[in-house]
Amino acid sequence: MAPSSTPLHIVTGKGGTGKTTVAGALAIALASGGRRVLLCEVEGRQEIARLFDVPPLPYEERRINAAGRDGGQVYALAVDAEEALLEYLAMYYRLGRAGKALDKFGVIDFATTIAPGVRDVLLTGKVYEAARRRENGPESPFVYDAVVVDAPPTGRIARFLGVNDDVAGLAKVGPIKNQSTSIMAMMRSPQTKVHLVTLLEEMPVQETLDGIAELRAEGLPVGHVLVNMVRPALVSEATRTALEHGTVDTAEVSVSLASVSLAPDAADLLVDAGIAHVQRQDLQNDQAQTLRASVDDVLDLPLVSDGVDLGALFELADALEPVVNR
Amino acid sequence: MTRPAQTRPKESIRGAQRGASRGDTGTHPGVDIDAMLDDPTTEIIVCCGSGGVGKTTTAAALALRAAERGRSVCVLTIDPARRLAQSMGLVELDNTPRPVTDVDTSAGGSLDAMMLDMKRTFDEVVEAHASPEKAQQILQNPFYVALSSSFAGTQEYMAMERLGQLHAEGRWDLIVVDTPPSRSALDFLDAPERLSSLLDGRFIRLLLAPAKGPARFLTAGFGVVTAALSKILGAQILSDMQTFVAAFDTLFGGFRQRAEATYALLQAEGTAFLVVAAPEDAAMREAAFFVERLEGDAMPLAALVVNRVHDERAGGISAADAESAAPRLAHGGDTDRITADLLRVHAERMRVAAREQRVRRRFAAAHRNVASVTVPALPSDVHDLEGLRTVGRHLADEPTTV
Repeated sequence: MAPSSTPLHIVTGKGGTGKTTVAGALAIALASGGRRVLLCEVEGRQEIARLFDVPPLPYEERRINAAGRDGGQVYALAVDAEEALLEYLAMYYRLGRAGKALDKFGVIDFATTIAPGVRDVLLTGKVYEAARRRENGPESPFVYDAVVVDAPPTGRIARFLGVNDDVAGLAKVGPIKNQSTSIMAMMRSPQTKVHLVTLLEEMPVQETLDGIAELRAEGLPVGHVLVNMVRPALVSEATRTALEHGTVDTAEVSVSLASVSLAPDAADLLVDAGIAHVQRQDLQNDQAQTLRASVDDVLDLPLVSDGVDLGALFELADALEPVVNR
Repeated sequence: MTRPAQTRPKESIRGAQRGASRGDTGTHPGVDIDAMLDDPTTEIIVCCGSGGVGKTTTAAALALRAAERGRSVCVLTIDPARRLAQSMGLVELDNTPRPVTDVDTSAGGSLDAMMLDMKRTFDEVVEAHASPEKAQQILQNPFYVALSSSFAGTQEYMAMERLGQLHAEGRWDLIVVDTPPSRSALDFLDAPERLSSLLDGRFIRLLLAPAKGPARFLTAGFGVVTAALSKILGAQILSDMQTFVAAFDTLFGGFRQRAEATYALLQAEGTAFLVVAAPEDAAMREAAFFVERLEGDAMPLAALVVNRVHDERAGGISAADAESAAPRLAHGGDTDRITADLLRVHAERMRVAAREQRVRRRFAAAHRNVASVTVPALPSDVHDLEGLRTVGRHLADEPTTV
């Protein structure tokens, strides 16, 4: 059977792991070669605008020229719950006047800010709409070749994506029930993949493993674990062993430093920093092993130093090829 | 596996960290954390900041330090890392403060810790403020079940509710709170206002009206709205919602009152806010946002805590010098090759430190009056009391001698 939605990539990650950056790079990678991709953010933080250095995004799918390469087109959208609700009412119920009346009565405000959960329903609802939108008529191609969502953090992701299950449980019949049931069907379809961005540190790795367990329990499809900012080993095996065994002689290092006209006093500091580097590498390796022991699809992303600019995003996009090609 | 490090290297690493926190280049004015912890008028410390910056660890470290300096402390955590929670004896999420063992009580202090259980907090509020019959009705309503257990946003309300309760109990002279990692980590500040706007909203009155008797004051708009609502939601969900709101009506007033009282408590003299950040662009931007928001709400900001700051001592060798010298040593003898590697590590470290400096200077320039403390990047995550003590010493800028 033909899929009823375009490929949907949901990118989550613990705070500070760089999930917005990775989502942006993934959109670039998916668009390469003349395809059209929609990149959505749902947390109202305008991180996408900041990432691509463009003015704040309105509630409108807007093309980001800088993000397209090889004829690719990346569109970005900051999904806003209030706008989504009004749009939803207009689209599905043709509620012109009544939509306005609801607004006047504070229903829109109630629904999007006070009634917990409704916000997530609306945000996922908009993603659902975009992923199923076709050019003209039921058999025509999808408007987007892929949709990428910069989603809420790992700790909240299963709840965010599963919110429609709760709603489907609340509303036993009626249009809301139908809508939320089909959103869940899309989220669980083979077209959807949830990718988790992590760092090789203890807490992010633990949260990633917890997040995967929660996603699996909800029947949501786990894609790749994307390991961001992998720090390369800067020392050779021999140096590593020497630092670990404490056999580096600082006096000799001083002599070495002096031979290239560098401050010999710095030897102590350099050896300390070297030991700390080796310890961090060990920790990183431990975490990589923990991760690989329970997840099959792990992809390392290079550390882009000196901040993320467009060049760095393209570099990350190249590294994300394995995610695109699945 | 991590190999056990030798004694000498370990000591020198600690030394390096101390240097990092103390040898600060004066980007911000300093702050006396110990004076704040010891001051008997400090009753509440709130740690806020974006996710992943070490908020929970900072809260726990401050609480432990205050307790070991003689205060009777309760720390309210929201979502601690498992091993950190275990180290504080928080094996289950039971919403009750429990004493933390292995705390040094020789100064006369104590430490209790609890993890927030939002559903239980909510249930207890309902049970405490409604008649048994009404409470039963609320607890079983499908809207309540969803609201209290699975939906986002409830955590912020409940964190504030629990803080208010703990403070009212009067058992502790200092409460340290960690804030939920929400989309806007300051959602808890908005909780009272949201509750008020909910109560005053016409929608609530509309939902309440049929349950409350003749709907004579309702205008023509009513018909349109309920028709629209039943069309969208279905009649069953609308009636569940009405039952829920009606049953909740009496409770809302109490909620609002307490939320407003907690808000006032946060603004009071005895409260100190710490904004926690990491020296990265995104985290410092969020921190700037928090600082401005706290100032806007007249909340007492004590300091910015910058976690995971990298050692910035150059030892007289710049990144550029290190980088150009490394290749010249790479083909020499054993020690030369080791030195070449060490110079590469040094160059990378200098670049990271320079980047962090840049980010911190930018923040300091925009927020001149905000004091700050730095905690160096530790080689591993903190998951025991000893680790918390180390963080506490860095926060207080105390020379580490271990």
